Amino acid sequence: MTDMQKLYLLVPLAPLAGAILAGLFGKAIGRAGAHIVTILGVAVALVASVVIFQDVQAGNTFNGTVYTWMKSGNLTFEVGFLIDSLTVMMMLVVTFVSLMVHIYTIGYMHEDPGYQRFFSYISLFTFSMLMLVMSNNFLQLFFGWEAVGLVSYLLIGFWYERPTAIYANLKAFLVNRVGDFGFLLGIGLIAAYAGSLNYAEVFAKGSELAAQDMAVTGWPLITAICICLFIGAMGKSAQVPLHVWLPDSMEGPTPISALIHAATMVTAGIFMVARMSPLFELSDVALSFVLVIGATTALFMGFLGIVQNDVKRVVAYSTLSQLGYMTVALGVSAYSAAVFHLMTHAFFKALLFLGAGSVIIGMHHDQDMRNMGGLWKYMPITWITSLLGSLALIGFPFFAGFYSKDSIIEAVHASSIPGAGYALFCVLAGVFVTAFYSFRMYFLVFHGKERFGNNHGHHDHEGDHDDEEVSADHHHGLAPGQKPHESPWVVTLPLVLLAIPSVVIGFFTIEPMLFGDWFKGVIHVGSNHVGLSELAANFHGPVAMALHGVQTAPFWLAMGGVVLAWFFYMVRPDIPAAIQRTFRPVHALLENKYFFDRFNEIVFAGGSRLIGKGLWKAGDQAIIDGIAVNGTAKLVGWVAQISRLFQTGHLYQYAFAMIIGVFILLTFWFNLI
Amino acid sequence: MTGMPFLSLAIWIPILGGLLVLATGSDRNAPLARSLSMLVALVGFAVTIPLFTQFDASSSAMQFSEFLPWIPRFNINYHLGVDGISVLFVLLNAFITIMVVMAGWQVIQEKVAQYMAAFLIMSGLMNGIFSALDGILFYVFFEASLIPLYLVIGIWGGANRVYAAIKFFLYTLLGSLLMLIALLYLFMQAGGSFSILDWHKLPLAMPAQTLIFWAFLIAFAVKVPMWPVHTWLPDAHVEAPTGGSVVLAAIALKLGAYGFLRFSLPIVPDASQAMAPMMIALSLVAVIYIGFVALVQTDMKKLVAYSSISHMGFVTLGFFMFNAIGLEGALVQMISHGFVSGAMFLCIGVLYDRMHTRNIADYGGVVKTMPKFAAFFMLFAMANAGLPGTSGFIGEFMVVLGAVQFNFWVAFAAATTLILGAAYTLWMYKRVVFGVVGNSHVAELEDIGAREFAFLGILALCVLAMGLYPFPFTEVMHASVNELLRHVAVSKL
Repeated sequence: MTDMQKLYLLVPLAPLAGAILAGLFGKAIGRAGAHIVTILGVAVALVASVVIFQDVQAGNTFNGTVYTWMKSGNLTFEVGFLIDSLTVMMMLVVTFVSLMVHIYTIGYMHEDPGYQRFFSYISLFTFSMLMLVMSNNFLQLFFGWEAVGLVSYLLIGFWYERPTAIYANLKAFLVNRVGDFGFLLGIGLIAAYAGSLNYAEVFAKGSELAAQDMAVTGWPLITAICICLFIGAMGKSAQVPLHVWLPDSMEGPTPISALIHAATMVTAGIFMVARMSPLFELSDVALSFVLVIGATTALFMGFLGIVQNDVKRVVAYSTLSQLGYMTVALGVSAYSAAVFHLMTHAFFKALLFLGAGSVIIGMHHDQDMRNMGGLWKYMPITWITSLLGSLALIGFPFFAGFYSKDSIIEAVHASSIPGAGYALFCVLAGVFVTAFYSFRMYFLVFHGKERFGNNHGHHDHEGDHDDEEVSADHHHGLAPGQKPHESPWVVTLPLVLLAIPSVVIGFFTIEPMLFGDWFKGVIHVGSNHVGLSELAANFHGPVAMALHGVQTAPFWLAMGGVVLAWFFYMVRPDIPAAIQRTFRPVHALLENKYFFDRFNEIVFAGGSRLIGKGLWKAGDQAIIDGIAVNGTAKLVGWVAQISRLFQTGHLYQYAFAMIIGVFILLTFWFNLI
Repeated sequence: MTGMPFLSLAIWIPILGGLLVLATGSDRNAPLARSLSMLVALVGFAVTIPLFTQFDASSSAMQFSEFLPWIPRFNINYHLGVDGISVLFVLLNAFITIMVVMAGWQVIQEKVAQYMAAFLIMSGLMNGIFSALDGILFYVFFEASLIPLYLVIGIWGGANRVYAAIKFFLYTLLGSLLMLIALLYLFMQAGGSFSILDWHKLPLAMPAQTLIFWAFLIAFAVKVPMWPVHTWLPDAHVEAPTGGSVVLAAIALKLGAYGFLRFSLPIVPDASQAMAPMMIALSLVAVIYIGFVALVQTDMKKLVAYSSISHMGFVTLGFFMFNAIGLEGALVQMISHGFVSGAMFLCIGVLYDRMHTRNIADYGGVVKTMPKFAAFFMLFAMANAGLPGTSGFIGEFMVVLGAVQFNFWVAFAAATTLILGAAYTLWMYKRVVFGVVGNSHVAELEDIGAREFAFLGILALCVLAMGLYPFPFTEVMHASVNELLRHVAVSKL
């Protein structure tokens, strides 16, 4: 094993070691011990990732096996690493955001009795996510895929006494399992038809697969494979209609909302499709499917952000919408733009979540925006960093989000794949919606009248939907007269460190990532697809792009959204209320999240229980046990009951029966002769 | 290979040891009975280890063979041997016996010697089933193993134990009588040989094959159990003491599945091929139908019992697709299910010992008072739901991969277990372990002690080790599985 290979191993194993130490020996090493070992583990992983990054930049990639997991039939299952530009970028994002979140957690969770457990989980998550992105085969991808799902499940339900939290984590796991169902079948198809689970070997057989139809069903094989894999991505990356778990996942502590449910885990689906670009490029049908799902998610989940009052929920719907943007980029073959947006989004969305968390700390665990206002005075660092994050999110020129989002919109514009027109409308309208809900939140939280510290009127009578159902111990809010306060340095330091890339990372990396050859040989765009080639022709550096951006529709849509939010919530707060009254059905539709939850609850959850009850009571108990099994026993008993009547015990009756028998026998005998 | 008769040792050490334990008599000597049982179980496991370490994985032939004439007049022989299909079950069985002795250590306070002896004797008999190469020897072990389990359920069981014990006994006995007829027919056809290996080579016409297939099917389907002859299992589990449930799930269910591989497939390959669509359909019914039924159970043990049936559906599915990955997946699933379902029943036993109820609704918030237990239970629940990294994943994964090769729709139906398995397992876990502390009894629960920590910990290591590195397990199987598939592919008509 070379030194670099040892370093590759070190990246996932260092956080794993931290997780094991903090998890199994948490009591022995204490609270400080737990955060020291886990932070050390992740820091080592980050440093190693930086070294590997430089090595990859120097042109050294790696694709090899660590150990053979199993052999069966003609298949070999291995655990191995593929280290290339895409992997190393993901490794940097994951370890950097994870480190920030680890540090932040010291402040956010310092009162929590489950402190060590929490650190163990987030380090375990970091390990799993690294295994996922570093994999060179589908088996390990699936392992990482499910392992991050497990940690997500454990962390959403971290506060296991809250009914909403343990409802949300079960829901998250099951919805993800629906996605995994498709994912597993996709992997199965690959194993059956390509005869390998190794990426490189499967990609090499791409055109062979594209030429085949499936046995039995007769579907085009490559389309079936890609759609099955994408169903997995829909679960993990929360695309409509498998998005329902993500808003509820906000029941978990805020640091994990930032790490898992915004920056890293939910982007695993995007990463996976980008990784599989050599396969997806072979099926226009699959790409169109991806595009339409992504566009729908981008716009319609954005709408829901408008009606939320919980700070975390607004950011959650914004995450859904941004994941939609990434998916759209995948659909138009702009994989590098998707990955680029994945990266910029990881920074500014982690920033926004941690900022929201800082506000929540300042507000003593009150998450309702209607109880906030004017916080800029009390929490200056949180205020400025959140503003920077919001500007990045809405795609303000020169900010990170501008470069990535504008590239996606341009790529959709250039694409001619079926569904591109619909997608263009969705992503453009989405820009306006994003700006509106982001700045609605920004103004309601940081500006305007101070609404905190009066009473908790908003919670007492708001039993109407589950957002407010949070148990008392974690939701006390400010007492009358109490003022919010800025968070400690362990919280604000990560905010500042995340704000820097949120502002500048796009400016510095757009050229190599989108138009340079950073992803050359890793991301594959077919010659029949435009991808980013048209953009490349018009690209004259990041400054020119930003200056040009000011003259285009997305910029003015975003500005319109900001101004409208300011006018509605700062100048004339009566207008939104009036609109809400006038368009009550629309508001109800949004408030109920298009009734997806209600539908799933009744049809899938209720239906399954009904089927189960029916099969159990009617099938097992009534028919099989009742008629067949106990029925047989009863029949035997009944025959015995009747035949018992003959066993009277009276000698004369037996003698009589014998005589009759003898007569009958004699009659037969004589007749026969 | 040394000349030690390891298979005979694996059979007779537990049986003779069990009789010795029985000789300690009344409960006054209970501590002695316990220690002696542990010693027997440990030695019994130790003698099976060479079976693995000295096993020649490159050969598909029977290894560690022993041959002694038993009843020469009918050519019945004491003929033992294991191949890559059966060897792991001998180890699993001997291993599980240790767990069972540990699990019954404190809980069983009455008739201790008899309880321990029953399990030890049963363990020896089951090793006999897995290593018998003579039809009658197999049958004797197969039937004899019923008796200890019948007694365990009938004596140390719950309130409705007599119904459950009789149901269990009649169901399985009825099935195996037809098998006896098939065995006698094969004896005649083979010119007076009870050797299973001779039967493998015996040419048979299709009508005969079909009848023999049905005779075996009824015997083995009841044991597996396959839908629709499965209803004895939930009842038996609910009434059985923890140790009984563990052996039932971990070992007894494997006997039927093993029978398919040792008898049905190689002896009547053409009938097996012809019946495969029906077998696959029944397996899928088990996976889906039983999955839904498991979802609505209110009794933890019943839920896990149904989940066992559903998991065994994967085993029979893997057998009848006739591809290597499916078949090996099924075998892996059998081993893994031994660990996982055993552990699940032990976990339920831990709770039952404290609360004397298995009703899910009587629990809630257990994690608050039993955090260590909750962590173990989580691991086993996830293994039951087939999470990668645990042993529960591998078998399901392989069978689904095999199913895609076979027929996409079969794979589609089988893969629903991903959703159903997670739904019933984690929903139960949520209601039992999470949430606010349900009642004052839960509030007073004591976390697991050293003994419980030991057996759950050992099983946890097994589940993780197999999940992370299944290579050694599957490596043992390849030669025998490939030979079996090659054999089945050749018509006997």
